[in-house]
Amino acid sequence: MTLVLDALAWLFSPERLTGSNAIPTRLLEHLFYTGISVLVAALIAIPVGYLIGHTGRGRELAVSISGAARALPSFGLLLVVVLLVGTTRAPLAAVVAFVLLAIPSVLAGAYSGIEAIDRRIIDAARAQGMTEWQILLRVEVPLGLPLLLGGLRNAALQVVSTVTLAAYIGLGGLGIYIFRAIPLRRYDEMLGSAILIVVLALVVDAVFALLQRLSVPRGITAGRATRTRGSTPGPRAPMGSPIAYK
Amino acid sequence: MIEFRSVSKQFPDGTVAVDDFSHVLPTGKATVLVGSSGSGKTTLLRMINRMVEPTGGQVLIDGTDVAKLDRVRLRRSIGYVLQAAGLLPHRRVIDNVATVPVLNGVRKAEARERAYELLDKVGLDRALGERYPSQLSGGQQQRVGVARALAADPEILLMDEPFGAVDPIVRADLQLELNRLQRELGKTIVFVTHDIDEAFTVADQVVIFRKGGVVAQAGTPAEILAHPADDFVASFVGADAGRRSLQLQHRPGDDRPLVVDRDGRPIGVLESTVEAAPGAGASAQGGTAT
Repeated sequence: MTLVLDALAWLFSPERLTGSNAIPTRLLEHLFYTGISVLVAALIAIPVGYLIGHTGRGRELAVSISGAARALPSFGLLLVVVLLVGTTRAPLAAVVAFVLLAIPSVLAGAYSGIEAIDRRIIDAARAQGMTEWQILLRVEVPLGLPLLLGGLRNAALQVVSTVTLAAYIGLGGLGIYIFRAIPLRRYDEMLGSAILIVVLALVVDAVFALLQRLSVPRGITAGRATRTRGSTPGPRAPMGSPIAYK
Repeated sequence: MIEFRSVSKQFPDGTVAVDDFSHVLPTGKATVLVGSSGSGKTTLLRMINRMVEPTGGQVLIDGTDVAKLDRVRLRRSIGYVLQAAGLLPHRRVIDNVATVPVLNGVRKAEARERAYELLDKVGLDRALGERYPSQLSGGQQQRVGVARALAADPEILLMDEPFGAVDPIVRADLQLELNRLQRELGKTIVFVTHDIDEAFTVADQVVIFRKGGVVAQAGTPAEILAHPADDFVASFVGADAGRRSLQLQHRPGDDRPLVVDRDGRPIGVLESTVEAAPGAGASAQGGTAT
């Protein structure tokens, strides 16, 4: 109990707001690495996921890639990428590693969002004379948005926790307190910063949960008593049957 | 006029859905393609708007091979109603109805104005326009589907088991409504169903299919009921089981004879006899009295 109190005392000490290791600075670093990594992963994985979801081609490949990539040990991946890219370009290496970790979830969210749509709706849209782009932009993207946001949510959660490791290769972020405290056995600092990271992860998750809920198209929630709710590994489909990972 | 010229469709897995089908569907008439599942009727319907490409033969609309037309423009020029309506769940009813005009570049306000008129036409309250499809009953959704198909005022209306997902009472209602609309609009309707009674209710012309897209018999409902081509057709329309053979039962003290089925169960009362109009579907409804 005293340890927890010590940790909280460390966390709320006025010293945490000053100096080179001020929490706000490290928090912004942490969020910066998380944000940029999820953004880059989204820029890569969403178009690919939409292509797979829209055409139905390459689905098996995507499923196996995302399945395998989910099992990647984040720490090992980070070190390998740093060694490959070079320690002089550690920030780049770290972002590459985080992007690789984020891609599977975003990819799965993007293609499963489209795949979960009732085929008859898409068939009808095509039969009315929508072009393939119109089907994608006016039907598949809006209806697949909740699942895509679910994928982004998973990705952000994974990255925000993994960015803690960035401190190990000298890149700052909130992990710096943990890596600094371990050799000195400063348990209050270790626990205090760990609590901070957990709270940050929960906040990020909550923000995405809210976005996900808001993104469910009104016509889907109207006339239904139960709301859909996201959960790992993939949120429930807003319509149709959930995707089985085969 | 829609013309099928020795059209075939073999799917990549080797299944033959349609084999050498030739038929002319007259302009302004309702042609019903009827058969059990796997008879290729939906495949044929979807060839008209190129949702399915034939592996052999041609489909012509007013003499033009559809394969030469731009797919998207062709589809926008043809109304399409499908089972369970296939409405866009994230758009309001009114925007669903206005889909095709908006795709064609009609201003949204104008398209909506016309869409409201169409709701009137298919017998829906305008207030439903602001709702989402999931807030409507199955029958109402089907009406929206019909309104959407009519929105760009197409010459041709394709209907793929449009009333298959609604209960029998609503279905009967929708069938009558369709007949009323058709009298008013005179579209070239191609209607697919597996329900022979529905076929006889809706059709000017019926094409009955066997498995594999082979025509068993084509003709008006009256011709088919009166002279089934073979045992398959007779069994399909229910003539072999005596379901279509009705009798008049004269009762003492009443000039109006009772119409009864083969087992003597009363069906109705004979009010008067009518001259059969050639090709009229309605006159043959309910079977021929023997």
